[in-house]
Amino acid sequence: MIIYGVALLSGCSLVGLFVGELLGKLLGVQANVGGVGIAMLLLVLASGSKLCQPLVSGESATGIKFWSAMYIPIIVAMAAGQNVVAAVDGGMLALLAGALATVLCFLLVPVLARMGPQGVPLPPLDTAADDKPAQPGSR
Amino acid sequence: MQTLLGVVAANGLITAFTLVGLTVWLSYWLSRVLTHGRIHGSAIAIILGLGAAWWAGKLTGGTRGVADISLLSGLGLMGGGMLRDFGIVSTAFGVQLSELRKSGVVGVISIFVGVLVSFIVGAVVAIGFGYRDAISITTIGAGAVTYIVGPVTGAAIGASSEVLALSVAAGVVKAVMVMVATPMVARYIGLNNPQTAMVFGGLMGTTSGVAGGLAATDPRLVPYGAMTATFYTGVGCLLGPSLLYFAVRALV
Repeated sequence: MIIYGVALLSGCSLVGLFVGELLGKLLGVQANVGGVGIAMLLLVLASGSKLCQPLVSGESATGIKFWSAMYIPIIVAMAAGQNVVAAVDGGMLALLAGALATVLCFLLVPVLARMGPQGVPLPPLDTAADDKPAQPGSR
Repeated sequence: MQTLLGVVAANGLITAFTLVGLTVWLSYWLSRVLTHGRIHGSAIAIILGLGAAWWAGKLTGGTRGVADISLLSGLGLMGGGMLRDFGIVSTAFGVQLSELRKSGVVGVISIFVGVLVSFIVGAVVAIGFGYRDAISITTIGAGAVTYIVGPVTGAAIGASSEVLALSVAAGVVKAVMVMVATPMVARYIGLNNPQTAMVFGGLMGTTSGVAGGLAATDPRLVPYGAMTATFYTGVGCLLGPSLLYFAVRALV
């Protein structure tokens, strides 16, 4: 059943966000600390466990894959809801602060990445794959 | 006409699905016809979205882009925090735990380096523009971390509303830049594997920027970047009003 997959995804999200809120409270921070990341870990663990197999295979998996394929459209809607006027009207100070921070961090990506284990490049995306539901991490 | 507008307004989320679907279709067509696929369709779609947000902001004077137009408020729901986070979590489906573990340590380091570097850049720019008090310098520096860390920090240490607005603006500039520029620089910074994506997420940190930038680069990298980015704002909110503020106060 498709709803089983959706429910598992929702359950992981809620638990993760809840733990993130608790973590924020614990640290005395007015923000959710890593809620989404914890939810993602839960989903990864669940899809690897025997117990949850019926929830992540066959029909049920379609319920998760649907949302993962809806991700880019959601991001497009998110972009359309940004306060772009504020970014443009913030003037030179905002522009410089934001842009320089971005450029410097871009430059640091290869530096830090070299410190860790070398990653293997993913195989190139073929254009046909764009029409299929995204399969993150699949080889 | 009245009836049609009524249906559109009453079914906001459905309207949003239709509009985003059309936008994505148009973007992929533009990508194929104008750029021969060199600029990815989703990158064009995100830029079109940002353009629409600018136009709507000018039109309404609001802060939520097209979501401030009542007929299009459904786009606010579709692109809001709830579905965005839900979508990000769903991309973790199929991720290998071993891939995440490989970059665990350097991923964590990248979060702290990212917060610190962005903060210092923001603070230096603030000083360059003539700010001399620790509260304003810290708040603008925190804004360069993300547009959430900025106001959270500023509110905690009592910054003026003018400085708060500047810090939000700096954060939004960063988010927008990461969204737009990531697919262009990905090749030069080696952003083509899960490990680098985790470092990238930790360094950039802005959730919406990382989510949009990686989606336009290679959707398979999204879960890895999002995993580290999701801790970034929390770390920023933790360090901003405490350690970083004390450090700035000691220096000026």
